[in-house]
Formats: sequence, structure tokens, C-alpha cells
Amino acid sequence: MSKTIKVKLKIWRQKNRSESGHFEDYQLDTVSTDMSFLEMLDTLNEKLVIDNKEPVAFDHDCREGICGMCSLMINGQAHGPEKETTTCQLHMRSFKDGDTIIIEPWRSKAFPVVKDLMTDRSAFDRVIEAGGYISVNTGNAQDANTLPISKENADLAMDAATCIGCGACVASCPNASAMLFTAAKVSQLSLLPQGQVEADERAQNMVAAMDSEGFGNCSNHAECEASCPKGINLSHIARMNRDFLSSKIRK
Amino acid sequence: MSRSQNYFFSSVGKKQIMSLTGLGLVGFTASHLLGNLLILVGADAFNKYAHTLTSNPLIYVAEAILLAMFLTHLFLAIFLKIQNKMARPTNYFVKVKTGRGETFASATMPYTGIILLIFIILHLINFKYGTYYPTTLEGEEIRNLYQTVIEYFSNPWYVVWYVFAMVSLGIHTSHGFHSAFQSLGFNHDKYTPHIKLAACAYGVIVTLGFSVLAIYSYFQN
Ligand code: FES
Repeated sequence: MSKTIKVKLKIWRQKNRSESGHFEDYQLDTVSTDMSFLEMLDTLNEKLVIDNKEPVAFDHDCREGICGMCSLMINGQAHGPEKETTTCQLHMRSFKDGDTIIIEPWRSKAFPVVKDLMTDRSAFDRVIEAGGYISVNTGNAQDANTLPISKENADLAMDAATCIGCGACVASCPNASAMLFTAAKVSQLSLLPQGQVEADERAQNMVAAMDSEGFGNCSNHAECEASCPKGINLSHIARMNRDFLSSKIRK
Repeated sequence: MSRSQNYFFSSVGKKQIMSLTGLGLVGFTASHLLGNLLILVGADAFNKYAHTLTSNPLIYVAEAILLAMFLTHLFLAIFLKIQNKMARPTNYFVKVKTGRGETFASATMPYTGIILLIFIILHLINFKYGTYYPTTLEGEEIRNLYQTVIEYFSNPWYVVWYVFAMVSLGIHTSHGFHSAFQSLGFNHDKYTPHIKLAACAYGVIVTLGFSVLAIYSYFQN
């Protein structure tokens, strides 16, 4: 049964990269609890447009939890209060009538705010470019049974590959570190035989790219793991740490 | 394309050096506690132990290694902290912890670290470079470190400060101990829970062990 609630919104507004932002307060009186969080923001924007005001800019795309475009720090938590849920999959039934909801962008030097709640996460793309691939000659697909892969490793690689690159790990980390993201990308490849060939260079290059983007250093708080909408865990970071160490010992 | 990055300047490398030096200090602390427990045996046993240790020329090598580990750990900590602060120039207006990640120990690492730094400096001044009382043992004149210890702890406020510093040590190591394994790449479903438990046990044991010695010494007056 759908019901409606009233919510007060406190939203970060920022004109562009260079100007400093501020919070603005808004009020929505009829928010259906069946709405997703982003639909609630759509409703606000419709209202703002009608009132001839500038709508709130926020990132989104698939709205089904698979693309990693949505973000938002909702009441101090990345992607809001639900566990393993992206903002687009968060519903207004997670809030109570009369709640004040504070919405901020991801805050990290490596993710500058572009406008309002939108951040530039291209730092992640550059980390991927540094080594998040395997080099193979294309051609006919080979027989699947020529490369034996244990079920366990296939599952672990798949777990790592569920990373959607949203940046919640960076946003929630007290040090704004990108270790969970980078580690997931290193793991998904290095766990498989195809990825083993370039494993050493990959670990080194991706860590170097991550460092040069200005992310912080990991202190093993595990806030990233707790905030990851895909439930990616710290064991991937440990795997990257040992890949990195052993690759540095080799060369 | 290969980016050459010095291991010692990489984020992962720095954390691994933190881990190794930290584990070294954890090992030192454990051996220090074991040796100090001789205070419970008596003045002669403790003085003899302290004398044997300090009269061995290898002690200078050990002290140099210890100092190097300590300074590396300290300066890397400062450097990492500054980098981490710079990585988030604007703070969140509200930031709520999930409760599933950060712990009290992990969140207070810099603060417990500062307390330990102050403690270690005072500790060296008070004991290592503290009052020298001579005593004779087996016909040889040696330092009566036992008396220095008992005298120091005659002041109840020093006991309080000491216990407070030891609680900080326990908290600091309870995170650092298992965190070091993670940074070095050791994380395993089977062993990690045991390492975490061992880290907590270690924290409790060093806190209690050193505190008991301080309180025992107070009552020797
Ligand atoms: S909009 Fe695609 S994951 Fe949320």
C-alpha cells in the first residue's frame, strides 16, 4: 500500500567547479513511499522548473543499480541508509514522515564537483586505462574448456567484477582512498588465467595511476566494504596488496 | 606502457612499511613486557636481567634498529595522515559511520599514536636515562634499575598516566596488529578472524601486563 510522506530536503548547490557551494532547503509534501530516491528528486526538479528555478543536477543513468552513475551522500551515508543498495534502488519507504534529508555530493579531491551533486569521476577511468584490461588478439572464440578455471576463482572474479565504479568506496572512506575500486578491478582480472599474463604490470600501473589521482591511503577501516552497493570486500584489497608487493619484488 | 613508481612512495608500499615497522614494534613490546615481568620476581632478578641486556654490545645494534623502525613508523604516519587529509579538502556536513566498518581503535590511531609518542619520550627520560642507583650483585657493581622503577611509581599520578598510556597502546595495537596483515596482503577467510582475535588479545595482554607492573610497583613503596 502506497502512502505519502512529507520530507524536508537540505541539498548542496554549487554552480560550477570553481565556485564554492552552499546548502539550500526544500520541502516536498506528497512523496509516495513507492518512489525511488531519484524519482523524489525528479519531483523536486519538476517543481523547480515550474517555479522558474534552476533544477538540482545529479548523476543517474540506468536507475536499476547496474551502471554506477548515481551517487549522493544521503544523511551522511554513501547511497543512503540501506545496505548494498545504490541510490537509484533506494526507496522513499526507507524514510519517515517529516524526515530531514541532507544530500551532498561525493567529497574527494579526485572527484571534483562539476555542479550541485554531480562529480567528475573520470579519475576512475584513468585508473582503468592504466591496466584494467587484458591484451589478446581478437579472432574466433576458443573452446571454453581449453582454459580450466576453478569454480572458486571464477566466483571470486565475478564478485570483483560486480563493481559498478560508482565511487561509494572513495566517498565513504575516511581517507578518500580508492583502494576498494582499484583492487576490485585488479582482482577480477588477476584471478583468471587470461589476466595472469599481465598481472605484475597491472598491479603496479593501476596503483601508480590511483596514487597520481590524489586519492588517500588505505587504513583498513573497512568503511568502503560497508558502503559498497555491490558488497565487494576487503579481501580484494589484500589480494592487490600482495600482487603489488610480489610484483615489486620481481621487478 | 609502464609507469615506474618507487615502491617506497607508492600508497601500498608506504602502508606495507607501516605494517612491517609496526609489527616489529609489536614484537619488541611483547619481549619488553616479558622481561619486565621479572619485577614480580624481585629486585635482583630484574636488575640482573637489565644488566645482562645493556652490557651486551649487540644492544646498540638492537637499539639502532628499534629507533629506525620507530622513526620510520612515526614519519610515515605523519606523511600518510597529511596525504589523507589532502585527499578530502572539503569535509562532509554530515558523515554517519555505517557501524560495520570503522572501529574506535581504527578511528583513533593518530591520537593513540600521539599519546604513545609522548609516553615513549618520557619513558626513556624516566627510566633509561633516569636516576642511576648503584647496587652490587654477585660482587659486581650494576645499576639498580628496580629502585628507579619503584621510586617512579611511588607517585600515584604517574601510575594513572602510565595505565592510561598502556590502554592507548592496547587500543593502538589491537587495530594495527591485524591491519598490518591486511596491508601486507594476508587476508584469508580461515585465518583472518583468528588474527583479529589475536590482535585484540594482544592489546588486552600488553595493557594489563604493563599496568599490573605499574600498580604492583606502587604498592612496593
Ligand atoms: S543509476 Fe545506474 S546504478 Fe544507479
